[in-house]
Amino acid sequence: MIEIDRLSLAIHDTPILRDVSLQIQEGEIFGLVGESGSGKSMTALALMQLLPHGAEAEGSARLDGTDLLTKTEAEMCALRGNDLGMIFQEPMTALNPVQTIGDQVSETLMIHGAGTKPEAQAIARDRLNRVGLSHIGMESYPHELSGGQRQRVCIAAAIALHPRLLIADEPTTALDVTTQAQILDLLKGLVAEENMSLLLITHDLAVVADMADRIAVMQTGEIVEQGASQTVLREQRHPYTQALFEASSHQPDREDHAEKEPLLQVQNVIRTYPGRREGLFQRGDPVRAVDGVSFELHSGESLGLVGESGCGKSTLTRAILGLDPIQGGEIKAFGQPVGPDMPNALRSGIQVVFQDPYGSFNPRWRVEHLVAEPFHLMPTPPMGDERRDRVAEALKAVQLSPDDMQKFPHEFSGGQRQRIAIARALITHPDIIVLDEAVSALDVSVRARILDLLADLQTRMKLSYLFISHDLTVVHAITDRVLVMQAGKIVETGDTETVFTAPQHPYTQTLLAAAPKLEVA
Amino acid sequence: MRHLPYSLLIGGALSSIFLAAALISFLWVPHDVTDLVIANRLQPAGGEFLLGTDQFGRDLLSMLMVGARTSIAVALVAVGIGIGLGVPLGLAAAANRGSLLDEVIMRGNDLIFAFPSLVIAILITAVFGPSAVNAILAIGIFNIPVFARVARGGALSLWTLDYILAARTAGKGKVRISAEHILPNIANLLIVQATIQFSLGILAEAALSYVGLGAQPPTPSWGRMLAEAQTMIYTHPMLAILPGVTIVLMVLGLNLMGDGLRDVLDPRLRRART
Amino acid sequence: MLRYVLSRFLSLTLSLIAASLVIFLVIEVIPGDPAAFMLGLNATPETVAALRAELGLDGGLVERYLAWVGGMVTGDFGTSYTYRVPVSELILDRLWVSLPLAIYALTLSTLLAFPIGLIAAATRGTVTDYGIMGGTQLGIAVPNFWFAMLLVLIFAVNLRWFSAGGFPGWEEPGAAIKALTLPAIALALPQASILARVMRSAVLDTLAQDYIRTARAKGLSRRQAVLRHALKNALIPVLTIIGLQFSFLLAGAIIIENVFFLPGLGRLIFQGITQRDLIVVESVTMLLVFAVILVTFLVDIAYAAVDPRLRRR
Repeated sequence: MIEIDRLSLAIHDTPILRDVSLQIQEGEIFGLVGESGSGKSMTALALMQLLPHGAEAEGSARLDGTDLLTKTEAEMCALRGNDLGMIFQEPMTALNPVQTIGDQVSETLMIHGAGTKPEAQAIARDRLNRVGLSHIGMESYPHELSGGQRQRVCIAAAIALHPRLLIADEPTTALDVTTQAQILDLLKGLVAEENMSLLLITHDLAVVADMADRIAVMQTGEIVEQGASQTVLREQRHPYTQALFEASSHQPDREDHAEKEPLLQVQNVIRTYPGRREGLFQRGDPVRAVDGVSFELHSGESLGLVGESGCGKSTLTRAILGLDPIQGGEIKAFGQPVGPDMPNALRSGIQVVFQDPYGSFNPRWRVEHLVAEPFHLMPTPPMGDERRDRVAEALKAVQLSPDDMQKFPHEFSGGQRQRIAIARALITHPDIIVLDEAVSALDVSVRARILDLLADLQTRMKLSYLFISHDLTVVHAITDRVLVMQAGKIVETGDTETVFTAPQHPYTQTLLAAAPKLEVA
Repeated sequence: MRHLPYSLLIGGALSSIFLAAALISFLWVPHDVTDLVIANRLQPAGGEFLLGTDQFGRDLLSMLMVGARTSIAVALVAVGIGIGLGVPLGLAAAANRGSLLDEVIMRGNDLIFAFPSLVIAILITAVFGPSAVNAILAIGIFNIPVFARVARGGALSLWTLDYILAARTAGKGKVRISAEHILPNIANLLIVQATIQFSLGILAEAALSYVGLGAQPPTPSWGRMLAEAQTMIYTHPMLAILPGVTIVLMVLGLNLMGDGLRDVLDPRLRRART
Repeated sequence: MLRYVLSRFLSLTLSLIAASLVIFLVIEVIPGDPAAFMLGLNATPETVAALRAELGLDGGLVERYLAWVGGMVTGDFGTSYTYRVPVSELILDRLWVSLPLAIYALTLSTLLAFPIGLIAAATRGTVTDYGIMGGTQLGIAVPNFWFAMLLVLIFAVNLRWFSAGGFPGWEEPGAAIKALTLPAIALALPQASILARVMRSAVLDTLAQDYIRTARAKGLSRRQAVLRHALKNALIPVLTIIGLQFSFLLAGAIIIENVFFLPGLGRLIFQGITQRDLIVVESVTMLLVFAVILVTFLVDIAYAAVDPRLRRR
């Protein structure tokens, strides 16, 4: 039905795609996998003819034999939403904030003249029911819905006219794992019932493995391998597929160093936020983000903390770092209380690596200055050559060159920046490092190398990790013990292997069941 | 090296000309502007008086040069007041987001915004009488909430970034983080706003002087030149046109410079370009 | 929604109280004895005492403040020392010039700015766009009172289409509107330039949003996406600017009235200053500030009408 033939694309003369060829059959799910910058989204936008300004495409992309690349803008408008539907990654921003969801779904119908306004509204209602939003009113606005619900609205609008092909560009990347599973289920059901094809674009090999009939693997603008998904995943003929596969389920070499000595003790911690300001003098009820959490982190141990967004894990992290006050219970590190007023010497024992490799550094500072910032915690910070030596040592520890000291953060890639962040965390020789979604923003291959580095550093420096993540695979790979957090409470604790193979709490079971698995039959 | 935007070059050149004229006027002007020589009144342009003279026999070119001094001084000091008081207030409000301090600062800002600078000038003048200092105060007070808002807005988005959290785990306090991390990273916003407020200050000074609430005789100012020209407009329109064009060019220059600076300094635009 | 309106109304009331305190302090407390100030250096102690009694200055500060505010709430703005008539009468008279002028100018500026801003956004990067952006840059740089003088020079002195100033009164509505036309144009041009630029960048900003891409994927043409999705969202920043502009417009009107010899509030306030009539200055200033605060309130309410996210609060 869809036939892309030797599609090449350049934006302002920078080549983006080279000789991309693929076919999508009637009623099949076609997975397009690749890391960021591989050109998978551009391929989809070329199909929709929604390419950015300055893009020039060659080759052909045919829908039932007619080439989409040669169609006029008016002809494409008639096709989009009608034969071709598309949904995007970020459901939070994909809907018009000032229009009701009913109007946004029925707009697809109205624009293609599929009926009068009442008819369109009736069909829209029906489509919203189909995507599982029968309990949501047509008059709702996007801000009243959750991320998963918004993505369902987007899907309803895209399938309102029963398109032949639905393109889903990373449709679940911004969503929690349980929501992801529901959305993927919905898409699968729609394909089966509506005789629709699905082009599923994702960076996650496990997602396509679960979903797709056939897959294509993309790397730097080219398709390196394609075929039936089970064949591609089993045979892994192309080295890149192999590398991607290995990285996706990467298990760094780790040794068990955990001792019984508790470094960090968290007891019955409660953290509440004042309620929303509802007027000049009124506030809503306080929100309890962390609700009676207790655990211990032992020396040399790697402890995982998993939970979905909003479960309170970030709030807990900030409390453990002594950035925010707690309203109940206590946190002790090395036997001393942790809090906003804790002494610098204690602070230097707990350092942190954050998620965002772009927001983690003051863009105006050089690496030397950035990595040396925690020296502020020392009574007599090293100066001059001594400081440079210490920074060089930390950079070497994370496998960067001491020469990088004089560079600015924007001169590094995402993975390198995360190494700099780790170097900054190591500079005061702490015993505890808190890793707050530290590898979540990275491509799988980069992520695998950072995980190796972390495992290696732990062995060499006898570090204890508190590893906070929403990503079960990663937590499985790098931790000895794991805590599962839901709605401010720890619902399950145990050895990582035990929890992952025999989860006790229903929530843990749901989480594990929802996570896409990279298994080859 | 990427070439600078034309708006920055043209705007910078225009602004520099007027700045230079103002500076030169301290050392030398073609004719003394305090000399009222009735014999020289309403001379045409060219000859001894390059741009002609007014109804009191003063050389227009010299008046414009000294007037530039008044305009620039008033606008510059007013911007200084705005930055000096507004930026620390904005930074403090952002560092204590949601606190009582934040609330008080922002409400205070709103209150000042309810008084257009002309109204402030009217109030001050009604009690203390008109003067250039009052004009500076009136424009300067109005600038405070402008800079406070820009500083707070820029700072708030930075406070959510991880490098601020990293600085806090490095034991740094709010004041130190504001000085080391926040201020340098909102400097470009402040510079752009400063050029905008500078040009607005020139306009406001001209307006205040025009209605007699600004610089008093014999201090020449562009606004007063226009006020004095108003009665002569039927017979000698150039008396009104020259100061007006001068103001337009100066303000245009500053605005173009602001636009150009924004293009060069805005990190969002820079990222889009690379 | 009701809750939001109430909270904005509370904030309006607090702003008014704060503003009245500031004005009261500046006019009645800082000069020391307002009566002596108003009468000047040659006043005898007897006349000062008489004026003090007339102005009610012998009471305590709190008492005087409450009396002043209470008077204003009931429409009693005091009696002008120089005109010997109630200030409320003077204001009402002048309001019939100033208010229509401000509304005339705001309407003109909005009517000009919307299409110009939209055209510039639609033709982004073309000669039309550069032309519009250059023109608006010039428009911002022109002082409105000087522009007013140029208008007088061209349309009154040379072409004789309009009179150079004065106001015939509303008995002849046609003539009255004609008399306000040049002042309104002079006021509107710089404001329209600013507003058009804001409009352009607001539309361009919304066009870069994800939901525009969603709309295009549903089959909307570029034009439909702008009209159905970008415009309403772009209105939010534009409304802010319109609200802010009102205070500039008001200040500008005070000056423009001087150029055209219009008997409005601006003229009243300047006469008050030259004659040291603090009662007039105090009340008119309060009225101007009240207008600004009221418009801010109305803009806040308009936000909620445009943006459903505010209504919930």
